Amino acid sequence: MHHYVLVVKEDCETCRMLQPVAASLAATADIRIVSQDNPNFPAGLPAGTCIEDDSALEQSFALKVEIVPSLICYTDGLEVSRLEGWQRAEWESTTGLTFAAALPAFRPGCGSKSMDPGMPEKLAVKYGGAQLKARRLDIAEGEDEVEACYDRGWSDGLPLVPPTEIRVVRMLQGTRRSPAEVVGEVPPDYVPCTIEKIAINAVMAGCKPEYLPVVIAAVEAALMDEFCMHGLLATTYFSGPMVLVNGPLSRAIGMNSRGNALGQGNRANATIGRALQLIIRNVGGGRPGGVDRAALGNPGKYTFCFAEDETGSCWESYAEERGFSPQVSTVSLFAADGVQGIVDQKSRTPESLSRSFAAGLKVVSHPKMVMAADAFLVVSPEHERVFRDAGWSKTRLKEELNSLLQMPGSEIIVGADGIAEGVPEKLKDAILPKFREGGLNIVRAGGSAGLFSAIIAGWGASGKIGSVPVTREIVI
Amino acid sequence: MTRFMDPTAELAPEARIPLPKAASLAGLRVGLLDISKPRGNIFIDRLAELLTEAGASPQRYAKPTFTRIAPVELKQQIATECDVVIEALAD
Repeated sequence: MHHYVLVVKEDCETCRMLQPVAASLAATADIRIVSQDNPNFPAGLPAGTCIEDDSALEQSFALKVEIVPSLICYTDGLEVSRLEGWQRAEWESTTGLTFAAALPAFRPGCGSKSMDPGMPEKLAVKYGGAQLKARRLDIAEGEDEVEACYDRGWSDGLPLVPPTEIRVVRMLQGTRRSPAEVVGEVPPDYVPCTIEKIAINAVMAGCKPEYLPVVIAAVEAALMDEFCMHGLLATTYFSGPMVLVNGPLSRAIGMNSRGNALGQGNRANATIGRALQLIIRNVGGGRPGGVDRAALGNPGKYTFCFAEDETGSCWESYAEERGFSPQVSTVSLFAADGVQGIVDQKSRTPESLSRSFAAGLKVVSHPKMVMAADAFLVVSPEHERVFRDAGWSKTRLKEELNSLLQMPGSEIIVGADGIAEGVPEKLKDAILPKFREGGLNIVRAGGSAGLFSAIIAGWGASGKIGSVPVTREIVI
Repeated sequence: MTRFMDPTAELAPEARIPLPKAASLAGLRVGLLDISKPRGNIFIDRLAELLTEAGASPQRYAKPTFTRIAPVELKQQIATECDVVIEALAD
């Protein structure tokens, strides 16, 4: 058994042209005619033909109509073909009818009203909303939407974008993953976190839908056991998650890896890092004064996210060092404090500049602490040029820094230099590395002018006892 | 009406919960705001006596005029100096 559904709108010139075709079909075939904008269109149909009024677009949404006219052909209740716009030969072969010779061979259709800008999200909320599971909260008429978010405790202190259903549906278009998929359990409450909950918080953070896959990967990375997100949240230390994005997606979504890369002003950098923190707060329940016991914290706990400048670098990227192809996009997380600058405007040899770097790195956490915190060294282009010109690889620079950062025990034991802090007395004759193996990382970012680099020190609990940097591939 | 999607783990009820009530006023600083209507002070004096008997420390404040809402500075002062505030309206 064959039957047809014809979806039209009067506003479409091709649909108007096809009114005699619709009349022929209605006279000879089993057909439903669905009209998007005028229940009396098409005209000239045989007496008694019913036109379905789809001004609410429910049918068009359910039928996934993108173009009008659409002729959807069914056999035994199953869709077997779909003709969009007018191609005489195909319409004739599909229906077995012959249409007036005056009609052209081809004329494209128009966009379905269900595809007007903003309409797919509206229709998804109205007719497809059941697939989203989050509790709906009705905000009273007199309530200010932004204040309502503050009042409910969702904010990190800055205003949030109100998480309306339409915004969440639009956000979810940024990923192919199911809203219901659980990515893991978010500490400290260890609550299962769905893609949908991530999307709601990404809306509040100010993300665009195209950032959502990066946020999802950041959450997945944060939930990797070796990252130790629970401890990182709970610690009295300064640290919070730093998000480093590598690969083509970082450029496609316009992340900043150059001037002011660690600063404000780029939407993707700002909102991706913020979204991760909001998920820890809202889904995980981690809040300052609650499980977050930071004595001081650091401003990066609002957001700390940047991209590595791979295209300008002479070195392999951080992600490549971790075994990922440069064609793959990744998110890496590091339990980070704030940024400490290193100024060296005079070194023109790698030997001299690496000694400057080592002097700065020596004070991470405390000049007398070793193998405690990891660190990221962010090398700016003008500093990188010194190594590039001398042919120093990243590995060579790391080796040089590690050899410069061998600390004599006698200088860092308790009491040395009049400071009670330090390593146990018994290590006075030992030579101790400042960083655990693999604890010193180097990335390149920054603007083209300025002989400055940056140290991002890490949480005092690194390695197996605390947190290690983690990397996840971004899946669209 | 606007409809939001809940960003949380939905562990708390939808209706917002007031802060926990103090089990006793003993030892607490209790704010008493005089809105500056005639003879309001007599009523509040008596309240202060009763609160003192209950072991609380009444703290007295007054609005400059009953015709306007309390100045922000006064609200901030009460918020920083009091543990609880008795809020009431009468004439």
